[in-house]
Amino acid sequence: MAATALLDRLPVDRADARSPGRWGMVLLITTEASFFAYLLFSYFYLASMARGAWPPTGVPALQLALPNTVILIVSSGTMWWGEVGIRNGNQGRLRLGLLVTLVLGLTFLTIQGVEYSRKTFTPASSAYGSLFFTITGFHGAHVFAGLLMNVVIQVRAWLGHFTARRHLAVSNIALYWHFVDVVWIVVFASLYLTPRLG
Amino acid sequence: MAITTAPTASTDRLTTIWETSPGLYGILASVDHKTIGKRYLVTAFVFFLLGGLEAAVMRWQLTRPDTHLLAPEVYNQLFTMHGVTMIFLFASPILSGFSNYLWPLMIGARDMAFPRVNALSYWTFLMSGIFLYSSVVIGQAPDGGWFAYVPMTEQAYSPGLNMDFYALGMIFLAISTTIGAINFVVTFFKLRAPGMSVNRVPIILWGTLSASIMIVFAAPALTASCILLYFDRRFGMHFFDAANGGHPLLWQHLFWMFGHPWVYIVVLPAIGLASDMIPTFARRPLAGYTFVALSTITTAILGFGVWVHHMFATGLPQLATTFFSAASMMITIPSGVAILAWIATLWYGRPVLKTPLLFMAGFIVLFVIGGLNGVMTAPVPFDWQLTDSYFIVAHIHYVLVGINVFPVFGAFYYWLPKMTGHMLSERLGRWVFALMFVGGNLAFFPMHIAGMLGMPRRIYTYQAGLGWDTVNLITTVGAYVFAVGVGLFLVDFFRSLRHGPLAGNNPWDGSTLEWSVSSPPPSYNFAVLPTVRSRYPLWEDRLGEAPRGGGAAVPVLDDGRETFGTSALDSDPEEVLRMPDDSLWPVLVSLALLILFYGLLLSLWWMAIVGVTGVMVLMVGWFWPSRIPTRETALSPREP
Ligand code: HEM
Repeated sequence: MAATALLDRLPVDRADARSPGRWGMVLLITTEASFFAYLLFSYFYLASMARGAWPPTGVPALQLALPNTVILIVSSGTMWWGEVGIRNGNQGRLRLGLLVTLVLGLTFLTIQGVEYSRKTFTPASSAYGSLFFTITGFHGAHVFAGLLMNVVIQVRAWLGHFTARRHLAVSNIALYWHFVDVVWIVVFASLYLTPRLG
Repeated sequence: MAITTAPTASTDRLTTIWETSPGLYGILASVDHKTIGKRYLVTAFVFFLLGGLEAAVMRWQLTRPDTHLLAPEVYNQLFTMHGVTMIFLFASPILSGFSNYLWPLMIGARDMAFPRVNALSYWTFLMSGIFLYSSVVIGQAPDGGWFAYVPMTEQAYSPGLNMDFYALGMIFLAISTTIGAINFVVTFFKLRAPGMSVNRVPIILWGTLSASIMIVFAAPALTASCILLYFDRRFGMHFFDAANGGHPLLWQHLFWMFGHPWVYIVVLPAIGLASDMIPTFARRPLAGYTFVALSTITTAILGFGVWVHHMFATGLPQLATTFFSAASMMITIPSGVAILAWIATLWYGRPVLKTPLLFMAGFIVLFVIGGLNGVMTAPVPFDWQLTDSYFIVAHIHYVLVGINVFPVFGAFYYWLPKMTGHMLSERLGRWVFALMFVGGNLAFFPMHIAGMLGMPRRIYTYQAGLGWDTVNLITTVGAYVFAVGVGLFLVDFFRSLRHGPLAGNNPWDGSTLEWSVSSPPPSYNFAVLPTVRSRYPLWEDRLGEAPRGGGAAVPVLDDGRETFGTSALDSDPEEVLRMPDDSLWPVLVSLALLILFYGLLLSLWWMAIVGVTGVMVLMVGWFWPSRIPTRETALSPREP
């Protein structure tokens, strides 16, 4: 009686923002964010200890990085747009949102590659080079991971796995994508903008 | 009673649903938290024995002056592997083992929040241990001390693979620690039995929760520092290279950002273990539950704050030496609160002196000595005198053996009967305790004197006539007495498996939920998931705390692997969670990681790429849903 009544009331795998899956993603993001915080700490620590000019190779140009930042921010928007779509049961909007996000993400990585190839220094030429390539490289790897998740979710979206009620996987990778985006904004501000302040 | 038995569960049906498959497949694929917990305990204990073996060899060499059995290079590898093993492969994994085994049983759930992640966490721990110890096989074990200070550990000064094993091994192990910690946090907040609000959980949950939260924030510091070290060594980068804009102190900053919280990571769960054992032997509830629970959480938070102060206000040069004293002064907050609570509990209770309680007493004594000599090293002049002397070695061991080894052995005597179904011997247990306690003090106390007589740490031998002979002899004798104690424990353990009296559900008359089920517990833990109405569910009648009757009847949940998802603070049932079946993904992912790390170690890039690709492909398989929730097919007949 009472027991069955409770059971009828409880959803099975509610899969929403209070579910274990979402908690897991939030904690994963927390630990990853800490990782970037330690990398950026290293950057500022060595910058503060630097004897000569910082960055030794001159302030990095914004030509490519600024548009690239805009691209990544827009891709967060498209991801969000797609997620809101599925919240209302709109499959087409989800698929389109994911697809556009994927294309924007790939564009970001390509432009990043172009920027790398234009650099006059390498990871081994100085501590600054090591920092620059390590920090942006790890961020790039996270973008890449976000894109892989996107592909998998995309396939599932085209197979019609998600409904207005059940789309935790979409919300999770969307959250991850926004995180990668925020990390970039912080990395961009640290590596490209702070040297312009002083 | 807390256990509502109203609806009768078919235990056969539950067994079919929850039992791990037999045979090799089951061994590799099991996601049962009890299996994983036991594996953690056994594996970490094997590492404890290996670390002990290394210590025994070192002490053999140091027994008499001018001994040259071991070359200095070998001695370096020995103390480094001993430190790394004890700290990383024993002290925290052994606590994870207890928590893994006990948590779901204590909170009235059927497994951890993410059972497959749990399996992955274990397999990666095992693989990273194998990875680290493969260095011993080829004779190139890490040799830069457990905190691996640069520039000594840079390629130029350490050209072998030794420190690459260290850097990569630490990164590998951090993966295991981190995902394990995430699993604990989510389990704490989502899986507690209906009614087990946060003020009713056993203290071990608070301890491990605080430690896990610290791991989530602190472990990436170790990962980051080791990645940078590896990049410096392998790709000629310059993070720690002062000649090219880097700085050696960057290593110290990053390493201690991790190392400082690490002390709490090994002490808080141990405090939890003790706080849950002592009420049983005092025959009364823990005095000051709220204070003990809060003190663990406050330490987690304060720990970071103090660290920041430590880093930026006091500057760095004496960091390494003040580290242990500063850290142990911080630990005095939760331990002080806890120790007061324990003494009060025993004082107002009717203590029953059983082996686990003896180990708790040992814990308190060693900890107080360790704490006192920690305070001694704090004043700077005294500190300079003792920096890098054997005094520090004495201090490290008092603190770590006190706060970690003794509670862990007490917990063995207390909870192994739950796991094996057989009691250990009370008589042998007293001997084990006596040998370990006397041996430990005999080994570690004279180290203080050696230190004050000027004996430096990390020396592979010493000359006669410096006045260090006697203290070293005593230390070695003590170390071997300690080892005999550990050996006797093993004898007791194996003997108990065959001859130990049956434990029954509740041999100690304990108060928490794990004692309400059989020993060893059934694969599904609870036939009917319990509803909790007080802090000491099995003592409710006695304490007269429980509201009589009433209490929501709870359904059986035998429609597949299921447990309750409850609200974070009050533990109101919110959903029924589907739990995963046995799965090979975790062990396969950890194997792919092993391939990746060997690829990185040997600069075999194709191998590294195979490993990474393997991880990615396997993850897709892992996360591909086995039940596809489409619009047409509802997830379950109960789907609203
Ligand atoms: C009876 C047991 C033990 C004995 C006899 C022992 C002995 C030793 C010895 C001889 C050293 C080297 C000191 C030196 O030359 O500088 C050492 C270092 C160390 N031990 Fe132990 N030990 C024992 C147990 C433990 C335990 C249980 C832990 C931790 C949980 C531990 C942690 C350490 C650490 C961190 C170091 C420093 C390593 C380094 O300098 O890098 N030991 N121990």
